[in-house]
Formats: sequence, C-alpha cells, structure tokens
Amino acid sequence: MTSQFDIFKILVGSTSDKDFGNKPVIIQGITGSFGSTHTKLMKSYGTNIAAGVTPGKGGSKFDNVPIYNTMQEAVQSTGSLISGIFVPAPFFYDAAKEALDSGIKLIVAIPEHVPVLDSIKVFEYAKKQGAKMIGPNTPGVIVPEVMKVGIMPAQPFTKGNTVVFSRSGTLMYEVSSYLSEYGFGQRLGLGIGGDPINGSNLIDSFELIRDRDDVDSVVVVGEIGGDAEEQLSDYIIKTNFSKPVVAYIAGRSAPKEKRMGHAGAIVYGNYGSAESKINNYSKANVPVAKSPREIPLLLKEQLKK
Amino acid sequence: MRLLEYQGKELFNQYGIKTPMSFLASNVDEGKKGTQMLGFPFVLKSQLTVGGRGKAGAIQKCKEPSEFEPKFNDILHKEVKGELPRGILLEKMVDISKELYLSIFLNRSKRCFTIIASAEGGVDIEQTDNKVMQDIPLDGIDLELANEISNKLNISDNSKSGFVELLFSLFKLVIEKEAELAEINPIAILSDGSLIALDAKVIIDDNSLFRHDDLKKYLYLSELEIQASKNKFSFVELDGDIAIIGNGAGLVMSTLDMVSDANGQAGSFLDFGGKATSETIYKALGVISELPKIKAILVNLYGGIVRTDLVAQGILDAYKNNIINVPVFARISGAESEKAKQMLQGSRAKLFDTVEEAINAVVLNVNTT
Repeated sequence: MTSQFDIFKILVGSTSDKDFGNKPVIIQGITGSFGSTHTKLMKSYGTNIAAGVTPGKGGSKFDNVPIYNTMQEAVQSTGSLISGIFVPAPFFYDAAKEALDSGIKLIVAIPEHVPVLDSIKVFEYAKKQGAKMIGPNTPGVIVPEVMKVGIMPAQPFTKGNTVVFSRSGTLMYEVSSYLSEYGFGQRLGLGIGGDPINGSNLIDSFELIRDRDDVDSVVVVGEIGGDAEEQLSDYIIKTNFSKPVVAYIAGRSAPKEKRMGHAGAIVYGNYGSAESKINNYSKANVPVAKSPREIPLLLKEQLKK
Repeated sequence: MRLLEYQGKELFNQYGIKTPMSFLASNVDEGKKGTQMLGFPFVLKSQLTVGGRGKAGAIQKCKEPSEFEPKFNDILHKEVKGELPRGILLEKMVDISKELYLSIFLNRSKRCFTIIASAEGGVDIEQTDNKVMQDIPLDGIDLELANEISNKLNISDNSKSGFVELLFSLFKLVIEKEAELAEINPIAILSDGSLIALDAKVIIDDNSLFRHDDLKKYLYLSELEIQASKNKFSFVELDGDIAIIGNGAGLVMSTLDMVSDANGQAGSFLDFGGKATSETIYKALGVISELPKIKAILVNLYGGIVRTDLVAQGILDAYKNNIINVPVFARISGAESEKAKQMLQGSRAKLFDTVEEAINAVVLNVNTT
C-alpha cells in the first residue's frame, strides 16, 4: 500500500545511514541539454548525483559524474534507489521500464508530453515492483536545504514543516516563495505533474506525509481538470485527515473544453470545473485561496485553530 | 484533439463499428450530390468540436428536396459556442427500435480506462443514474465482463453478440489509437437486432500523435496556433482585450483568474514554457500581435533563472521592429530587475514589483482607453 512507501527514507535516509542526507541519485538522459543543465544545479543544491545514463556514452563523465550505458550498470555501481528521468517524452516509457527493472524505487519523471497510455503502463509496472513514480510533467521533488531531484529553482524554498503539493511547476515556486516569506518553511515540495495521469496523485501524496510528526500543514496547489481535488476532499473527510490544509485552484476563469497549457487542465461539462473543486473543498472544510498570495494568510489562520 | 463526428465515424468503420450511410459536404453544390446519393429523408449534422449541437439547431431533419437548400445554408452559417462548422454531414435516417449509450474514457483518478453504458441512449450521461460503470484492465475486456454489462443493460438476445463485439471493437480503438474518450451516444438497435453508431465523439491524446501518422490529418490548428506550436508555446485565444503571457501553465491560468477578479478580460493565454530569454518573449509578442482585439499586454514571469534584463531587451526589440504597438505591463521576478526597469524607461513598457500591481495598472489602462 502507498502508506508503507516512505519517501523521506528514500530521498534522505535514516539518521543511522552512513549516507544520510546524501543518497545517490541517477540521472537518465544526463547528457541532454535539459539533463545536463539541471544535473549541475542539483549538485550545487547538495544532491548526490552518483551516476548518469546515456546509451552509447558509457565510460565517459559529465561534470565528474560517471556515465553508464544502462541502468543495470548504473544501479549496480551506485546502489541508487532514485532516478531522475530527463529523456524526451517518446523515450520515457523505455527509460522508466529499464529503471524499474534495475531496482529503482522512486522515479522522478520530468518530461512533458508523455502519452497517457505510457504513463498508465509505467504507473502499473511501478506498483507491481513496489516502486513509485512522481510525474510525469513534474518539476520534481525537493527536500528544502537538503536535496532536490528536478528542475525547480532553489531560492523559493526554505526548510520547515509545511508540505507543498502542486499540479503546476511555476506556481509551486511562487507559492513556496510566499510561504517562505511568511516563515512557513517546507518539509517537502512535490510536483504532482500537469498531466491527466499522475504517478503520485494528491491522495497518494497525502498518504506520504499523513503520519509524520515533522509535517504540521499542507498546501495543495491545484488547477482545473480531472477530479483529483474532489477525490482529495472525500479522502480528507473519510479518513479524518487532521493536519491543516489550504488549497488553491488555478483556472477558475478558463473557458470549457480548452486545454490550458497542461495536458490535464481541461474542463468537460462540470467534470474538472473550478466550482466543483471549490464546493468539494468547502465540504471538507479546506479554505481555498483566491490568489497565490492569499495562501500564507489562510495558512496562518488555519494553524491558529 | 477532439475529432469531428465524421472523423470519429471513419475510425469506427476501421474497427468494424457500423454507422449509417452518409455524405460529407462543405457547400450546397456538394450537398446536392449527397442528396442524390442518399435520397430523402436524411439528417443534416453540423461538424463541430463543441457539444450542444442539437439544442443549438445545428442538427436538422430534411424530409423533402424543397427543405434542403435553406436548411443546409442555415446550418452551414450557424455558429455554435463561437465555432463555425467544418462541413455538414448528410446522414441517412435509420429505423430505430431502441437506443443505448456507450463510452470508454480515461479515468484520471483511477488511472485506467472505464466503460460507461446505459440502456437510455441520447441522454446527458452526467444527468442519468441509470448507468453501468466498469473499470477495465489495460490487457482488455474478457467475454464474461462484456456479457455481464450486456445483461445489466437488458439487451435482448438477438442483439447480445453484436453488443459484445461492439464493446471489444471500441476498446481496441481506444488502446490502438490512444483515445482519451470514445463515446457513442446513441447506439441504435435496429428492428433486425443489429447495432449502429448514430454519433461519434472521439478525443485523441495529443501527446501520442508522434506515433500515429494516420491521425495527423485530423489536426486542425489556426494560423496563430501553428505559429505558437512551432515555438513550443501553449496558446489559447480568448475573447478579451488583455493579452496574457507567462512561463508555466499554472502561473498563466492564475494570472487569468486575477485579471478576471480585477474586472479585466483576458484576450489570450500564452505559456512559453521554461526559458525566458529575449528571443522567447520577442516571439511570444509576435504571436500576440496577430490578435485584433488586444489593447494591452500583461507579462507575468516567475522563476529562478529568469534574467529580467534579457526579457526587457526582447520587449524593446519588439517595439523597435513594430511587432507590437500597445503598452506592456510586466511583472518579472528574477535577476537584474533594477537594470531592466532603467532599460524600459521612456518605452511603453512598465515593470512592476508584484503581479497585483501590474494587473491593476493594465486593467485601469484598457478600461479607460
């Protein structure tokens, strides 16, 4: 079950681990323009990028990181459980399958434009292997001031006890910077992804932090499309989720049946509409901010209660 | 990509799903040929990608020759939800003894495909409780499950095998063509028990098109959408007079909402993605400049590695080369913002520290000019 999946143990480790806070990460597609740029940025943030994989470039190095031809070799020589996938969307399925076959337990799927059928297949295969996928079309995951696997900038994030889950990349950065401004540092920032299919959807993500004492509140940055917020509201009610939650939904004013940038941001009839999401949140007593800047103000009120 | 009805029916036919005899016409003369081929009566159906055709009068029965021209012309020029038809389908009427509803859709929260079926065809499926929902594994529907659904719908014995076959075909289509939705509303059961699809609503996963050359012919983009997609921008044309440009879909949507809350009207949604450089902003402004209603441009950029001065340079270049001639109101969070402010002094572009200030200024500007 999802609740047994300890993402902190995988990303950061236990205090008794020799490599606590320095867990090895593999980057698939490390020599591509995107992969290479962000490998450097992740390293400078403190992530232990232990290996990269680019078929045909095995044996060489990028920024002192050894490159392997296959995931099998990379995992064997590093013992890594985490892979950041930076390959173009058409190659994502094969890359993810290879990672899961090699023993990877956490896939961070960066590419945008992955076909939904491929996402479903990878999701199912990951589940079978006891692994988890974040994304696709995600900015990644960050444990502020410790490590990040993804493409998010460093400066909006500060460490603390709030968790930010976001279906949008840039909004995750902006909201986190407002939270940081108000002293609400983050224990975790996780990009759900802007696609219709998310390896770790909102409920899965809530399960990751549900029982953690070092998390005191959750901010959910959502958007129109699908029913993730509706399902989450139901989950909050049915499972008596007790930590304060503040939500935001982008796209209230968007027209119906138009895809607003993200593959998943589209309203059909009432399915996926902002009204439906806001109504459901209100049933779960989750306040919904009108603008990103209102989020820390609402959080402050919620934490007073 | 939502297919037009006739395109969806072309796919249906490829998979052995029967549809009534029909003829596609884009003008009256072509339509007349269709009437000769089909004979009266038939139905005229506007080919649109939006719903609500029936209610809008964009589907009409045509019983005799004298009705044809006026009805055809009426539908051909009838806008539904702002959309004009891309052709009129003339379709032979069939003798219906019963109607059903059937769809297979991508179930986002369950992360699988789900069947919805109902013994009431032609209804708004969201509004009816009389329906069967069944999740299906990727490897397919088995016969037992298909029979179960058919039993729940009380399908009579002489139509059962036809229904099961149709269900298999539709699922095969969804997986092989990578559809997010394939809906038949209604399926008609004819007096001999055979089944025929009277409508087709098929939505293809745009992101899968790279491996479906046969479906690329159905792509239909406006000139501006083509220009935007060449630059890898996400672009949606809207009705208002304030063009909105930003980096990140969520950020641009959120900007749209704030503009609307401030009583402004967005005229475009343009997300130019990750990299904010002189070149990207210049090209984005180039796309926007083609929109006739735009009175002002709102730029909202947020990111760790945005060089504000480079963006300012792109805006200045766009003015210099007469790409744009309306004011720009910008919030650009990034490095070198003081330098950017100085660069923009004396131009028609202005930089603000917060998005709220930029929005207030742009709304005030368009509402007073």
